[in-house]
Formats: sequence, C-alpha cells, structure tokens
Amino acid sequence: MSDANSELTPLWEVFIRPRTGLAHSHVGSVHAADEVMALQAARDVYTRRGEGVSIWVVPSASITASDPAQRDENFEPAASKIYRHPSFYDIPDDVGHM
Amino acid sequence: MYSQGLIGADGRTAEDQDFLNRFQARIDDEQKIEPNDPMPEGYRRTLVRQIGQHAHSEIVGMLPEGNWITRAPSLRRKASLLAKVQDEGGHGLYLYSAAETLGVSREQMTEELLTGKAKYSSIFNYPTLSWADIGTIGWLVDGAAIMNQIPLCRCSYGPYARAMIRICKEESFHQRQGYEIVMKLAQGSPEQKAMAQESLDRFWQPVLMMFGPPDSESQNTDQSTRWKIKRFTNDELRQKFVDATVPQAEFLGLTIPDPDLKWNEDKQGFDFGPIDWDEFWRVVKGKGPMNRQRVEARQKAWDDGAWVREAALAHAEKRRAMAAE
Amino acid sequence: MVSADNIAGIGMSAPDHAAQPQDPAPRQVPGDLPGRAQQDDLLALLMRLGDDHLILGHRLSEWCGHAPMLEEDLALPNMALDLLGTARMCYGYAAEIEGSGKTEDDYAFLRDGTAFRHILMVEQPNGDFAYTILRQFFFAAFMHPFWQEMTGLADPRLAAHAQKAVKELAYHIRHSGEWVIRLGDGTPESARRIGDALDALSPYVGELFETDSISIALTTAGVLPDMEVVQRQFDATVAQTFRAATLPDYAPEFAHSGGRRGRHTEYLGHLLAELQFMQRAYPGQSW
Repeated sequence: MSDANSELTPLWEVFIRPRTGLAHSHVGSVHAADEVMALQAARDVYTRRGEGVSIWVVPSASITASDPAQRDENFEPAASKIYRHPSFYDIPDDVGHM
Repeated sequence: MYSQGLIGADGRTAEDQDFLNRFQARIDDEQKIEPNDPMPEGYRRTLVRQIGQHAHSEIVGMLPEGNWITRAPSLRRKASLLAKVQDEGGHGLYLYSAAETLGVSREQMTEELLTGKAKYSSIFNYPTLSWADIGTIGWLVDGAAIMNQIPLCRCSYGPYARAMIRICKEESFHQRQGYEIVMKLAQGSPEQKAMAQESLDRFWQPVLMMFGPPDSESQNTDQSTRWKIKRFTNDELRQKFVDATVPQAEFLGLTIPDPDLKWNEDKQGFDFGPIDWDEFWRVVKGKGPMNRQRVEARQKAWDDGAWVREAALAHAEKRRAMAAE
Repeated sequence: MVSADNIAGIGMSAPDHAAQPQDPAPRQVPGDLPGRAQQDDLLALLMRLGDDHLILGHRLSEWCGHAPMLEEDLALPNMALDLLGTARMCYGYAAEIEGSGKTEDDYAFLRDGTAFRHILMVEQPNGDFAYTILRQFFFAAFMHPFWQEMTGLADPRLAAHAQKAVKELAYHIRHSGEWVIRLGDGTPESARRIGDALDALSPYVGELFETDSISIALTTAGVLPDMEVVQRQFDATVAQTFRAATLPDYAPEFAHSGGRRGRHTEYLGHLLAELQFMQRAYPGQSW
C-alpha cells in the first residue's frame, strides 16, 4: 500500500431508528471522509431492507466509554437498591392497580 | 457467505492462569465478551484471524458471482443476483467493523488480504464457468455457510455474534435464490439439466473442503471451541451439511458425484468418499485456479480507488477548515 | 434542442407524425381507450425509458465488487437496482400494451442493437469513477424533474411509478452530486479527472432533451413532460452542484444524437453480447 493511503478514512458509528416511537440504536459502523458521506454510506449499508426511518452517525473517536475495569463499582451498587422498583412495596390487591 | 474452518490461527497466550480461569468462567457462563473487556491475547488474535478470514471471504466472494451479473438470463435473476452480491459486500463490511473493535483497521486488513498474508475461503479460488454455477454457489456454498454461521451467532465475542445475526438474517434468501436457480435448470431442458449436473460435479468436492481440514489435522479447534469462538468442529459441520444436502439433490434429480455416498443407519447420517486434501492445501497455499486473479482484482480496485479516497479526505479537510473559519 | 428522426423503437412500423409535428391532431388521453397512434407513441416512450434505465443499470452493475471503497460497492448497486426496477416496469407495461404474450425479458434480451432506443451516454463504458459518477449525476439531474413532472400527467401507470422513482432519483442526485463536489473540490488529480469526464460527457448531454414527433405528440397529449421545463430544472441542479464543485460552467459545444433512432456507438454491440448471452445461446428456455 502506498504512503498516500496510510491516512485512514475515519470510522463512524451508525445508529438507526427502526420506526418512529423507538429510540435510535447502534447497528454498526462505516468508513467515510466526512459526515455527509457517512450518512449516505449508513443509508446504503444499513437500510437496504427498510430497517430504518432515521439515521445518526457519530465519529467513533468521539465516543467516551466507561471502563470495563470499573464495571463493578459503577453498576453493582444499583443492584441492591431494590426499593427503587415497584415490586418492593406490598399493596393489598383490593386497592386495585397502582 | 463463508464457512472455511479457520486456518492457521495461533491461540497461544501468555496470561497467568488466574486471569485465564476467570476469563474461561465468563465464557462458560455464556457471558459475551465486549470490545474493551480484558481478554487473553490468544483469544484476541484468534478472533482477528477468524473475523478477517470471514470478512475477506465475503469480499472475494463478490468476484465469482459478480462475474455473472451482466449475463444473468432474465431481469428477475439479474436483480436478485445484484442484490445478493451487494449483500456479500455488506457482510464483509459488517465483519470488518467487528474486527475494528479489536483494534485492527480496515486498511490493515485489506493490506493483509492483498499481500496474501490473510486467507479467505478456498471455494472462491474456483471459477464460475456457467450460469448454473450461480445456482450451485447459492445452494451449496451459501448452504454450507449457513451451517457454519448460525452457530456463530452465539459466538462469545459480542460484536462478531451481532454481525453474524444480521448476516444470517440477510442471507436467508441467498440459499433459496440459489436452489431456485438450480431447480429451474434441473426441471428444464436436457441441456439445462446437464448444465446443472456439470456444475454440481465441479463444485461438490471444493464445497466439502470449505469446512476446512479434518479435525484430526486441525490444531486449533480445541482452544477455539473452549473459548466459544467456534461451536462445532469442521467434521461435524461437514457431516451436517452432507446430510442436509443429499435429499435436496435427490429432489432435483441430480446426482452427487460420489460413488461412496450411502446412508449409514448406525450414525444416522451419510458416509461419503475421501476428500482430496492435497488439492485443498494447494488452493489454500495460492495454487488454485483463480487465486492470483482474485487478489489482482481486489488489488486493482484498491489501487484504482486510491485517488478517490484521497479526494474524499482532502475535500473533508477543506470543509472542516471552512467550517472553522 | 435537437430533433431526431421519427422512428419508433420496437421493431414495429413507425407512426407517422411527420406531417404535423407542430400541430398534432387531437388525441385521446390514456385512461380513455387510447388511439392506435398514441399507443404506438406510448410504446416508443416505454422503450426509450426502459432502455435508458436497463443499459445504465448494466454499466453501473459492472462496478459491483470493484468500487473504490466498500461503502461504494453497496451504494452503486443500490442505484443500479433502482434503474433496473424502472426498466422492468417499462418493459412489463409495454408487454401488457402489446398483449402478444411478450414478457419484460423479450425486450431486454431479444432485440438487436438497432432496435434499442436509449441515449448514447448510457452505453459508454464506465471509464474511471469520475466518469461513472458524473454520468450518473447528469442522468439523475434529468430523471428527477422528469418524474416529478410525470406524477401529475395523464398515464396512470407512469404517474404511479413516478411517485416511487422521484424519491429514488432524489437520492441518486444527492449521492452522485456529493461525489461530483468531492472530486471537483478534492485533490488536483480528482479535479483533473472530473474535468476530463466533463469534457468527455458533455457532447452526450443534449440528447437527454431531444424531442421529435413522438415526444411532441406525447407531450401534447399530456403523457410526457415538457422537455423545456425539465431542462430548466436540470440546468439549475447542474449549475448549483458545479459551483460547489468548482467546475466550469457547463456549456456543451455540440450534442451527439442517434440513440433514439437506434443509431448507437460501437460499444452497444459488445454490451448486448454480454447482456443477451444466455438467451441467445439457449433460445426459448426458461430460467
């Protein structure tokens, strides 16, 4: 490969809203020089079978991710807070739906 | 479409036993491994190699089938074939994306393909000589790929498994498309039927080779299986494939070119004749009928496209500069 | 605007409008039982449209597996499939009108070159990516307003198809137009290549707007858009994109002609030899 090609075409993460009423979710990535191209590539690659009504593209480099090493400290403390869930509370059936 | 048993992966790894045990426990617990998770270097290397071989197979696989897009015998067939070959490109792209989560860029992967460092499925080093080959590839090659790919949807590495789910969903039309083509030929005129049979005769052995070397010769199956990168052995998949395919051929009235093929009541499967593994290794090592042409075609596309990719980057840079002003 | 001779393209005798090109006799609009002359005109139009789309789709499909980047290996077939879809609609509709048991495939695979009625631009070999993408842009910049106008016209089948095609073509303009801009305003090499492509393609653009007695009759009957209206929108689209691409004003010196009369370039025979190979080698079989 020549040196001229050593500059990498940036990577973009693609998010698609399958239909209105649903959130965009991550489907994969594409390579594109800029956001215009990235959106078109995402359309051509990821919606060939009517998978979406809206697309987001985000430069992969712009995503900040939580550290898997901190997974326990981040997410385990929530597991014990069962009083945040409705099933924690005892309400007699006679009261009806609540 | 892809089904090659992984060739030549190096699963050796140097982490301490405690780390490996903890990792194995996660795998045994059917937890998915995600990109930033700690993982043994051997696991990462095996995955990169397998995803790479898989992706390259999709990309190179566009060539033998693309060879017939402009000659498809009806407009309906032309549209399906074009959509199918396009899908293969898409699948290559999904897989390159999955490999990129392991820190290998598409440019690196492409370079490995073009320099011959990375392998791809041996089947694509055979030429497509007749229209029937398009049917045969869809029926048998995609059929073989499905055998291999469905279990990969449960592969332990999250991005690979997710790519495979998408791929399997899209490929569900590929095998049917191929079978329909062959069926039309098998039920057509004598010369059409002969065309289908000739194609089956030519592709049968290479298709069986697609599953990779026999388990007795395959060094890496054990480790890959333990890590749930691979979920069935080459021989298991090959057997499943033969068992599924024989009745399909019978339905078509085509003859599978193997005098040793017969039902084995004890194993509830078909016995089949020996496979020419010398040919397999010749093809894998670059001496198949089309190896050189396939890589040259990809090299040409890459070289001819260089100025286009450069222009896109240069234009993007100008736009960024304009926006910043 | 260039005027072509009046020969319909489907191997049938040509309707004679030569006597009254400026002032055609009153015609029925489709929806009513169309007059024989108008039916022949409609068939001629379907061949022109169908052939433009089939042949350009064929050229575009040659890129599949050989594009400059994988993303484009998907984008180009998407456009090719749209074009193929329109060709099939045209041939299928023509087969219904002719009613003699013909199928879409008969039109695509069993006519010889001189019976094809597409413009010369679409049969030219792909050249480099700049040539391919600029040709696509010109075609889309023409077809988009063409279908847009068609949505309000009298033939219900064509008007219905136009609803779908206008969306497809809007994307083709956007995708190919963005590339024209990127290549025009990219590197010196890409600018040179798109400039060369423009020089090579310019003489083929005028044929898009060519009128003859058939097209004039169809426009008068409310079946075909007014080419001047289409051309105004084409010019605006091209001017806007070329400005952004830092390309010179588009000013063709002359226009090739002949495709609508079956007078093609030498490339067509080879293209058809490939396209029609199976049907010619194995006549009368079903695939």
